[in-house]
Amino acid sequence: MTEASLVSRITDFASRADPYPLYEELRRTPVLHEGGDGPYVISSYYDIKALFHDPRISSDTITLAAAGRDPLDEQEETGGLPLSFLRTDPPQHDRLRRIANSGFGPPHRPRRIDGLRGVMAETVTGLIDGFGDARRIDLVDRFAHPFPVTVICRLLGVPREDEPEFRTWVDPLVASLDPGTRQSADDAFLKSLHQSRTALGAYLAGLAEQRTAQPQDDLLSDLVRRDGPDGSMAMMEVLSTAVLLLIAGHETTVNLITNGMLTLLRHPDVLERLRREPELSVNLVEELLRYEPPVQIVSQRTCIADVEVRGVTIPKGSRIWLMVAAGNRDPERFKDPERFDPDREDIQHLGFGSGIHSCFGAPMARLETQIALTELARRMENPRLVEDPPPYRPNAVLRGPRHLEVAFDGLR
Amino acid sequence: MAADPGARILREGRIVIVGASLAGLRAAETLRAEGFAGELTLIGDEPYEPYDRPPLSKSVLLGMASPIHTELPHRREIAARWRLGVPAAGLDLAAGRVRLADGDEVEYDRLLIATGVRARPWPNEEEARLDGVCVLRTRDDAADLYRRLKAGPGRVFVIGGGFAGSEIASACRGMGLPVTVAERAGAPLVGALGGVVAAVAADLQLENGVDLRTHVTVTGLEGDAAGRVRAVHLSDESTVEADVVVVSLGSLRNTEWLTGSGLGAGPRGIACDAGCRAFDVRGIVTDDVFVAGDVARSPHPLFGYQFLSLEHWGNAVAQAETAAHNMVCASADRRPHLWMPAFWSSMFGVSIKSVGVPPMGDQVMVTQGSLAERRFVAVYGHQGRIVAAVSFDNTRWLEFYARQIERGAPFPVEFPTMDRRPEGRRPVPAAFPDPSLPTHGATVTLTGYSPADRQLVFHPARP
Amino acid sequence: MRLVVDLNKCQGYAQCAFLAPDVFAMHGEESLVYDPHPEEQQRERVARAVAACPVQAITADGLRGAPGSAPRSALGVPDGR
Ligand SMILES: Cc1cc2nc3c(=O)[nH]c(=O)nc-3n(C[C@H](O)[C@H](O)[C@H](O)COP(=O)(O)OP(=O)(O)OC[C@H]3O[C@@H](n4cnc5c(N)ncnc54)[C@H](O)[C@@H]3O)c2cc1C
Ligand code: HEM
Ligand code: SF4
Repeated sequence: MTEASLVSRITDFASRADPYPLYEELRRTPVLHEGGDGPYVISSYYDIKALFHDPRISSDTITLAAAGRDPLDEQEETGGLPLSFLRTDPPQHDRLRRIANSGFGPPHRPRRIDGLRGVMAETVTGLIDGFGDARRIDLVDRFAHPFPVTVICRLLGVPREDEPEFRTWVDPLVASLDPGTRQSADDAFLKSLHQSRTALGAYLAGLAEQRTAQPQDDLLSDLVRRDGPDGSMAMMEVLSTAVLLLIAGHETTVNLITNGMLTLLRHPDVLERLRREPELSVNLVEELLRYEPPVQIVSQRTCIADVEVRGVTIPKGSRIWLMVAAGNRDPERFKDPERFDPDREDIQHLGFGSGIHSCFGAPMARLETQIALTELARRMENPRLVEDPPPYRPNAVLRGPRHLEVAFDGLR
Repeated sequence: MAADPGARILREGRIVIVGASLAGLRAAETLRAEGFAGELTLIGDEPYEPYDRPPLSKSVLLGMASPIHTELPHRREIAARWRLGVPAAGLDLAAGRVRLADGDEVEYDRLLIATGVRARPWPNEEEARLDGVCVLRTRDDAADLYRRLKAGPGRVFVIGGGFAGSEIASACRGMGLPVTVAERAGAPLVGALGGVVAAVAADLQLENGVDLRTHVTVTGLEGDAAGRVRAVHLSDESTVEADVVVVSLGSLRNTEWLTGSGLGAGPRGIACDAGCRAFDVRGIVTDDVFVAGDVARSPHPLFGYQFLSLEHWGNAVAQAETAAHNMVCASADRRPHLWMPAFWSSMFGVSIKSVGVPPMGDQVMVTQGSLAERRFVAVYGHQGRIVAAVSFDNTRWLEFYARQIERGAPFPVEFPTMDRRPEGRRPVPAAFPDPSLPTHGATVTLTGYSPADRQLVFHPARP
Repeated sequence: MRLVVDLNKCQGYAQCAFLAPDVFAMHGEESLVYDPHPEEQQRERVARAVAACPVQAITADGLRGAPGSAPRSALGVPDGR
């Protein structure tokens, strides 16, 4: 073989700006196994969807580790804390997710997210006002990042002032989600990961203690207090849940907002429409989640039995990658899939996953991004891309620009 | 050769739909979506626009929706002539004419019958007339029942522990009302889900404070001097005082108006082929009369071509769409109604979902979760194949099992699944009651292999 | 406005109940109850709910193709809640 394997070309940083041609190539072999210990890579929409709902496909880190091919899995979730529900199977998963949800959404807290709309709107207004007289900004640092961080902090009850501190712990944890980083991880990196997680855990433990003594109107207070039919979480479970929410709750949204603005700047007609028709944002965000999903690959899956997909038997114990970004542009499922069409009527994208692990924070991410893009479109005068493509983060799983330089003529 | 009539019908045909509810409306929309440009008439005996029934026993009784506002949204403009508030009273097959109760006649080139079912009334007419004795099928029924429940009766008595009865009992408990459910079989829902799963439904009721009486039948309703119901007498000699009695004994198919028409219509509904074309009494398929929804029974290839009567919302929609398509397309383009049977219910805060045909199963195994925790998937098998799956608060796995059913996957389920408990390793008898004994819960009935085997009993139906 | 949910499709993801809590509610963890006839002022929230439903189970009339009827608040918080 002269050419590098398709999987390594996908995870290769050089492909980050535009992985879609590779995904198209990938879909020609809907079940790709490049031999040895490598993953079974699933790239067509219907197969991905089916596997999300297949009770033989496990998300459990322990099952994954037993597959024995990824040195990182065991360490990355421990750091003293138990597995978060993202990495467990039923019944543990269902129990933890239910308890977490009891502080987050219906049926127990049906208005918590709706109630954050005011905070979201204020934060967005404040950040845009903060562009001041600048005529060129990095949208990531000035907006797309601070916005969701503020919101998730408010939701959880983490003081905004503490953010710089916990960023130093969160960043390596997020980086570890990248298969490339995982493959090249050395001992030092593993160690820093472990430390980050422990430190973040300790920080949150302090907050949780406060909330136990003095409950407030935030998710953390609900997590420590809840005593429903499923019992309550042990303190360690509270901490790993909080870490999960903190991480899952912002890197992804940062990328959705940034990918969104990038896509709009590449489609100025749509940007202009959004300025005039704010209600377009609702469908537009769904189309974005299809067209440029922040989570490109769901890589944490193993099968606990032989599973047949399109005539290929995936042997029990194999690692499986679900290529949601490829499935989202599968012509077998979507008409004209390579076209960004905010008026598309049929968008059942895989951007938030599907099945029992489908994104917990989706309603929050949706509202945040709808509000963010609408306001950016409305308030920035004549915005333009400074660099296309922008520089990307190394991560192939949580894919998005590291910076997005935008020039504009002023604020409205 | 004569040209296929499909094209002419599509352009300028006259189509009549009898039954202006879910199936009727969805069929009308599909006809227009398929390009039908002719004259479309919808005849409905209820004086209302098509409305949705499932909320009547759920959102409405929970106070989240108004009983008079469950009208169905329209998917598109249908430009129809509506004849609401007038029942169809007869059919002249040879002339292609529907007769209305007010004497009017409407001619058709294609007819769709979607007259559904009605609640089976309490058999003793005098007792049935007592004030406080209710059924629940229509929006008027729901408005009446809701009003009575809101008035805070001392006790509600539900006769029949099927889905509707159980949902009503759940709503009563939600309102804090004392409620008794009487079920002839050993548990509620047993006819639809079998004894193993029904035991969970029984626990749910008991735990939520329902006074559940099984293995009993109601022998009589007693009224007071003012003609209001005051007590219910049971076969175990006990008497329960109640001021609202909900009769939830299943349904009767609305086919009486077809008596003598020559169509194969009777108490079991109207038999049709997989393309939704009705059979006549001779067992010969008609070419211009189609059937859809609760009133239909049609053969299903996935289930051994058995004739299934499915009183399911999803079936009404899917069958209406298929029937409408087949009414106006060229004969070569006709499609079979191959819908995977599915329904939902919700009671006591638990979501119950089903795919396939559980009553066909003779064995069951819990492949995920546990009965005791009331979160599980139960898989039903028949002759070595998976024929159904039922979930309690475990909906997201169900589409996997639907696919297994489609593929005729083997039963018992040998492969491991997440959250398989020791109890779920081996199949057990599904424990459906003897089919010859009527239970009130079944929403699917299997009625033999051909319409012809019932031909001789297609006689005037008596309620 | 009118709406109906195909509860065979619905998998209880509750997206609708998060986004339009006065129209959709979870009764227990997975079962959805809803008001089939919400008030006009819910239109904006219902539109969000319809779009967010991962299985596209919600049908509402008059959401699209009714020009001018959609809300025009830039912040998406027309009633200030
Ligand atoms: C309270 C309740 C709860 C339900 N819950 C669920 C659920 O959770 N899940 C589920 O899958 N299904 C449920 N169903 C069943 C579902 O509502 C039906 O499957 C569906 O309504 C069938 O639609 P249809 O159009 O075939 O029949 P129907 O809705 O029964 O409509 C038939 C219409 O035809 C009219 N008609 C009858 N005779 C004549 C005549 N001679 N001339 C003119 N018009 C006539 C009737 O009055 C009626 O309006 C429920 C039903 C009820 C009543
Ligand atoms: C645009 C932003 C977001 C995207 C694209 C996204 C995407 C995803 C995806 C694809 C999954 C499935 C993972 C899997 O199947 O293994 C997931 C799970 C999850 N997401 Fe999100 N997410 C976003 C925002 C959020 C937010 C804001 C939160 C928290 C408030 C959050 C919390 C979670 C959690 C906790 C899980 C695990 C759910 C489980 O295992 O049951 N996400 N997300
Ligand atoms: S968002 Fe869709 S799937 Fe989720 S509860 Fe609402 S209707 Fe059901």
